[in-house]
Amino acid sequence: MSEQKQHILTEKEYQKIVKDKEPKRPVVRNCIRAFLVGGFICMLGQAISDIYIYFFNFTEKSAGNPTSATLIFISVLLTSLGIYDHIAQWAGAGTAIPVTGFANSMASAALEHRTEGYVLGVGSNMFKLAGSVIVFGVFSAFIIALIRTLVSMIGGA
Amino acid sequence: MKAGKQTWIFDNRPTILATAVVGGPREARGPLAEDFDLLHDDLLFGEKSFEKAERKLLEEACELAIRKADLKQEDIEFMLAGDLSNQIISSTFTSRGLAIPYLGLFGACSTSMEALALGALIVDTKFGNNVLCGTASHYAAVEKQYRYPTEYGSQKPDTAQWTVTGAGAAVLGQAGQGPQVVSATIGKVIDMGLKDPFNMGAAMAPAAVDTISAHCQDLDITPDHYDLIATGDLGRYGHALTLELFPKYHIDMPREKYVDCGMMIYYEHQPMLFAGASGTACSATVTYGHILNRMRKGELKRVLIVATGALLSPMSYQQKESIPCIAHAVAIEYSE
Repeated sequence: MSEQKQHILTEKEYQKIVKDKEPKRPVVRNCIRAFLVGGFICMLGQAISDIYIYFFNFTEKSAGNPTSATLIFISVLLTSLGIYDHIAQWAGAGTAIPVTGFANSMASAALEHRTEGYVLGVGSNMFKLAGSVIVFGVFSAFIIALIRTLVSMIGGA
Repeated sequence: MKAGKQTWIFDNRPTILATAVVGGPREARGPLAEDFDLLHDDLLFGEKSFEKAERKLLEEACELAIRKADLKQEDIEFMLAGDLSNQIISSTFTSRGLAIPYLGLFGACSTSMEALALGALIVDTKFGNNVLCGTASHYAAVEKQYRYPTEYGSQKPDTAQWTVTGAGAAVLGQAGQGPQVVSATIGKVIDMGLKDPFNMGAAMAPAAVDTISAHCQDLDITPDHYDLIATGDLGRYGHALTLELFPKYHIDMPREKYVDCGMMIYYEHQPMLFAGASGTACSATVTYGHILNRMRKGELKRVLIVATGALLSPMSYQQKESIPCIAHAVAIEYSE
């Protein structure tokens, strides 16, 4: 044993072994699940919106905000009860993409950093995950608006 | 005495006088629940934060280990401890309460055996008679430190691992009856260029194999010398990779003798288990609880514990650095 020179495995060789052994990410399964759960959340949103329209005299346009608020409330509630992350493990992007995912990212960060106080903990960490969504969301919206304005200016001239 | 390149042989055979292991609710539902001295049924244990809960785990394990060794706090001359929190606060705050001269260690999940090896060195050289070695990790505190908020809904891949909520402590003393620390191999930092923090088993496997190989070469033995060889927290995929690597390093590892602590502490059907368990407490609780109990029952005589650690930080990962890993091996023999 002691006399044997050990075979030196290169990084590339090892990375290949890891790749071969690593379980493949079930992309198709994840897509189907995301489609089902994401679709279900949208359906729920539609139902909530209809309720606001038929029972509370909202119009199709004005029902949007209370519908989002209701979905956000449900998401925050499920996050605080420790259920949302379990659903998300099953659903993946299905729970991450709708407004519920955004609410979950903020609520979970707020809960997590509650122990560091309201200002330095909750306040400054709440957007830890959601912050980049806002930054790039606002930025892309700006670019799109700019393009649209330019197009209409050219079209108008 | 030093043997070969990186192994210490402890001629005076420091004895593990007593050990204590404490766990959380998930560990209580696992197959090794009976090997724990104390189990909690929620994650906060009545504390205000997960960080305080982690500290409480270590405090309880240390106090219990001292009591089980029939010693008093004042009898312990040195304490070696570490954990996964920033600035190893759980260990430091625990030692504040115990008022024992303290050395804080960080070796990520390899800290358990790093502490035991150094503790044995102190006792063996008679620079101290009674040394306390302990480590703790807490699922929620570690998630907060390394990953996302615990309630954040992110989908983890199958290669991810679940951090053990628990603590393990051992009191080492001069030769006596019981499990004795006979040798230790200090590992090198090995980095195979892997970058996925959700597949730490794969990153750490080469470090474990490197240390086992060095241990066998330094002592001129084969794995057959041991009744059991346990790696710290490689999980299912890391374990499989290790088996693949042994022949490449010319190690003739008997399959039935090689286990991984990360695959032992939970049942496979426990929810969100993924590839298995991890955390500093993983190797500490399994070794100081289950494995030493088996030695005390006479089922095992010689074991080699190879605690593995991934030495990344959340920042190094974001800066696209690869994951440097380490493994420390400690050989324990039972003497009647």
